[in-house]
Amino acid sequence: MRFVDEFRDPDIAKRIAARIHRTLTRPLTLMEVCGGQTHSIVRFGLQELLPDTIHLLHGPGCPVCVTPVELIDKAMEIARRPEVVFCSFGDMLRVPGTRGDLLSAKSAGADVRVVYSPMDALKTARENPSREIVFFAVGFETTAPANAMAVLQAHTGQVNNFSVLVAHVLVPPAMETILRGGTRVEAFLAAGHACTVTGFADYERMIAQYRVPIVITGFEPTDILQGILLCVRQHENGEARVENPYARAVRPPGNPLAQELCREVFRVVDRNWRGIGAIPQSGFALQPRYARHDAEQRFGGVMDTPRDTSGCLSGLVLQGRLRPVDCPAFGKRCTPQHPLGATMVSPEGACAAYYRYPP
Amino acid sequence: MNDFLSICPIPFSDADECIQLAHGGGGRKMQDLLRNLILPAFENPFLRTQHDGAVLGAGNSSIAFTTDSFVVRPLFFPGGDIGTLAINGTVNDLAMCGARPRWLSAGLILEEGFPVGTLRRVLDSMREAAHRAGVQLVTGDTKVVDRGKCDGLFINTAGIGTITHPVSIGPGRVEPGDALLINGDLGRHGIAVMSAREGLEFEPPLTSDCAPVWEPVQALLDAGLEVHCLRDLTRGGLVSALNEIASASGVEIRLEENTIPVCQAVRGACELLGLDPLSVANEGRFVAVLPEHQIPEALSVLHAHRHGKNAVRIGRACSASPGQARVTLRSPLGTTRLLDMLSGEQLPRIC
Repeated sequence: MRFVDEFRDPDIAKRIAARIHRTLTRPLTLMEVCGGQTHSIVRFGLQELLPDTIHLLHGPGCPVCVTPVELIDKAMEIARRPEVVFCSFGDMLRVPGTRGDLLSAKSAGADVRVVYSPMDALKTARENPSREIVFFAVGFETTAPANAMAVLQAHTGQVNNFSVLVAHVLVPPAMETILRGGTRVEAFLAAGHACTVTGFADYERMIAQYRVPIVITGFEPTDILQGILLCVRQHENGEARVENPYARAVRPPGNPLAQELCREVFRVVDRNWRGIGAIPQSGFALQPRYARHDAEQRFGGVMDTPRDTSGCLSGLVLQGRLRPVDCPAFGKRCTPQHPLGATMVSPEGACAAYYRYPP
Repeated sequence: MNDFLSICPIPFSDADECIQLAHGGGGRKMQDLLRNLILPAFENPFLRTQHDGAVLGAGNSSIAFTTDSFVVRPLFFPGGDIGTLAINGTVNDLAMCGARPRWLSAGLILEEGFPVGTLRRVLDSMREAAHRAGVQLVTGDTKVVDRGKCDGLFINTAGIGTITHPVSIGPGRVEPGDALLINGDLGRHGIAVMSAREGLEFEPPLTSDCAPVWEPVQALLDAGLEVHCLRDLTRGGLVSALNEIASASGVEIRLEENTIPVCQAVRGACELLGLDPLSVANEGRFVAVLPEHQIPEALSVLHAHRHGKNAVRIGRACSASPGQARVTLRSPLGTTRLLDMLSGEQLPRIC
């Protein structure tokens, strides 16, 4: 398959891995920021190809994992209302809130539907004017523009039965939190797809402050190995700069149209991250002019949830301070069938990835 | 009576737990439901084999008996419809017992308001599929329920097949030293149905692999090959089927990823949706397990058949220490990973 097979070529992957082995002379701890990268690393067993002295930490870039419990609870509360059709991407349905997940709400009678795009939810709203259609707007900068477009179209088309429950979070504030939190991350594989939207000006600023190599990295095996090789080279040379080997998708300014759309529809707010806590200016909420499409305006705001007492340590995992296999609940009390926390739910969650593809 | 009274009570304590779609998804949740609720309720040696059908002795010959229900949405999809599925699904379950499919029953559950013209199309498909598979539909039942109480049309079929080969076939018969082959590429049915349901379009269009597979199975048996296990790769796909076999036989199954055929359209769709083609449903694909030295002959036998011409060897069974039965996959990069059964249905990923 074009644009995939080239980047999974075993010979190229092995050649890059050999270069990594030849170049690295001292230990390196690096973090792949995005859950999609974690998924690829474990799915293709890339760690087997790397020197033991490379320590990979799995970052917070999995939207399913970091959406806070109180938003899941709010989603369930809205979904249970008889007038509501609750639309969501598939993998949010199994994320546990305080009392069950959206799939269990569905089996108890809630009208919960999997959609592949926010536009599908908007179409459902147009086709069902007597129902309230609520879309769970989850994800990083990558999914935000499409969700913004749905809100904008609902607004201009006066589709007044369409609203969004916004849970958007932003990558750079999370990376800064990790750097400030004392985790010894010596280099980042930045999330390539988020950068297609944002570009990488934020990372230039971050490097000036924290002096850490940041390499914009894709999701196929050779992308990830190439990203690691560039981190290794910078590490060995004592450099700290942004490099962009994922140039087939990412341009330095990103996608200005998508950015403008996000600015039009969203404003930057403080957000709670599951397992990590509040991070200032780390997420999106709707601009006041789109309030009538805000599910929180329509169905009441999100309440704070009591402290998580499940014993889930996913916050430490998401900050690279604990390896999934070192968690006492891993594979015992916590499995994909009975997840304690969200990192065990999504295939991109570090814990689920380790469970399905043990190193 | 005493026999019945001595049976354990149903060990299921979660009185307020509800059935979820995942309980029918062919993954671990369905296994749990079978193991914890359904099998204990009817405990007997036939069910215990967890085969695709029951093999029942009667004098010098034996028969296979099986049943299956069909609830597909939409009713019509590229390459088939609920009628072809209802015939081929049961025919294939019989074939997996090494039985020649002979007689089928059909139960139709119709929703009030269902168009008669649509029912006629489905019945035409069933007649054609039965003719192609060489089976007769000999008994049936029809029920109509209130509007909104079922999704248009549900079909149950049961089937009887006759076993004339002395080979004992079952998921618990796989031994270290056996090898596995499949009769064609994976994932077409699941992706074709999903694309019809969700309005996803692929170029070229993808059609279901729905087909009867008794002919290639019969050819293997007629050739005198020592077939240890046959399994059709329906819900849960290759991954679920092989995990069931590994755990029933106590072996490790090792697969080579680059030998497993998946067509471009299915690969592309799975990449887009974040699905694993090895866990996607098929309706005309099966895995056959035989001693390694018989694989070349088995492949040449299968290659002579329409529904076996793309058969390939995909891996082998190895010994596993107790409790270590599992399925592993070696990637083209030379790395190895575990193929664990999914919890329920695969859910498309966010990004």
